[in-house]
Amino acid sequence: MPDRVLDPSVWATLDVASAGVVAWAARKTGRRLDPRDVPLMGVMTAAIFAGQMVNFPVGFGVSGHLVGAAMAAILMGIGPAMLMMTTVLILQCLLFGDGGLLALGANIMNMGIIAPGVAVLVHSALRGTRVGSAVSSFVAGWTSVVAASAGAAAGLCLSGFPADGVVWPILGWHSVIGVGEGLVTVAALQLVWRTRPDLAPARAKSSKPAEATEAVTA
Amino acid sequence: MTAAKWTLGALGLALLVALLLAPFASTSPDGLETVAAGKAGFADKFEEPSVAPSPLPDYEVPGVGNQWVSTAVAGAVGTLAAFGLMLGIGRLLTVRRAQRPDPEE
Repeated sequence: MPDRVLDPSVWATLDVASAGVVAWAARKTGRRLDPRDVPLMGVMTAAIFAGQMVNFPVGFGVSGHLVGAAMAAILMGIGPAMLMMTTVLILQCLLFGDGGLLALGANIMNMGIIAPGVAVLVHSALRGTRVGSAVSSFVAGWTSVVAASAGAAAGLCLSGFPADGVVWPILGWHSVIGVGEGLVTVAALQLVWRTRPDLAPARAKSSKPAEATEAVTA
Repeated sequence: MTAAKWTLGALGLALLVALLLAPFASTSPDGLETVAAGKAGFADKFEEPSVAPSPLPDYEVPGVGNQWVSTAVAGAVGTLAAFGLMLGIGRLLTVRRAQRPDPEE
């Protein structure tokens, strides 16, 4: 989202709101993150940046690209995921002029807060069911993209753009682009978990998820 | 495989994506740009640059004529910058606990 699209009241509000949430994520991460996982956080952020550069065609002359919020959130948890996405978005804005500086809060809200937040909610809701980890990762990836695009659509509507020209087209395109996100999320997580079994969720093999998680973190 | 070697391998993979795949990325408008250019009609506002100047605008190195090289280099710079910045922030946030583990955790 560039600078001159959103109404000043919208981007200013989102700048303040996103700053608050990212500060919360930083505090949470500082308290909970194992210092040994910091390099993992760094390298996943690098991978998400690189992945976001690769636009893939979705047909009808339209392309989509990875967000990466779902893989970050499933692998690292919500606090680190918000910081990882925020880092990528700040670099894209300041180094590459991709996304406006005034609109940075809006972009962080959509792709750095809503997307990983929804991914975590969906993924943990599916964890208690009989759905496998690949399916829950795919659904988390797809939903995160559609939710982020809904955030963008809401920002545009609040800025005075007519809802009928904005909401359904944005949700429609992103529900197609989200399929790519879901597939990449599954593939990336499988690659990480197979090469680093210590990072794979132990709960996937246990019938008592809560206990298994506690045993790992204790 | 140690965690450090894994991290290096994964960083290498991310760099390969930036160097080899990013230059072949689709140049078609993305979802939001497509909607901007359609009935909603705010494509002109979408074209305007950020209020902040950027050293590598549009993922290209100014002055490098070859499009592929330009995108690949910009992508590699961004990938390494993302790694370094996140590593730095992560270390800053966890530095106290790295030195003296909190007994409450």
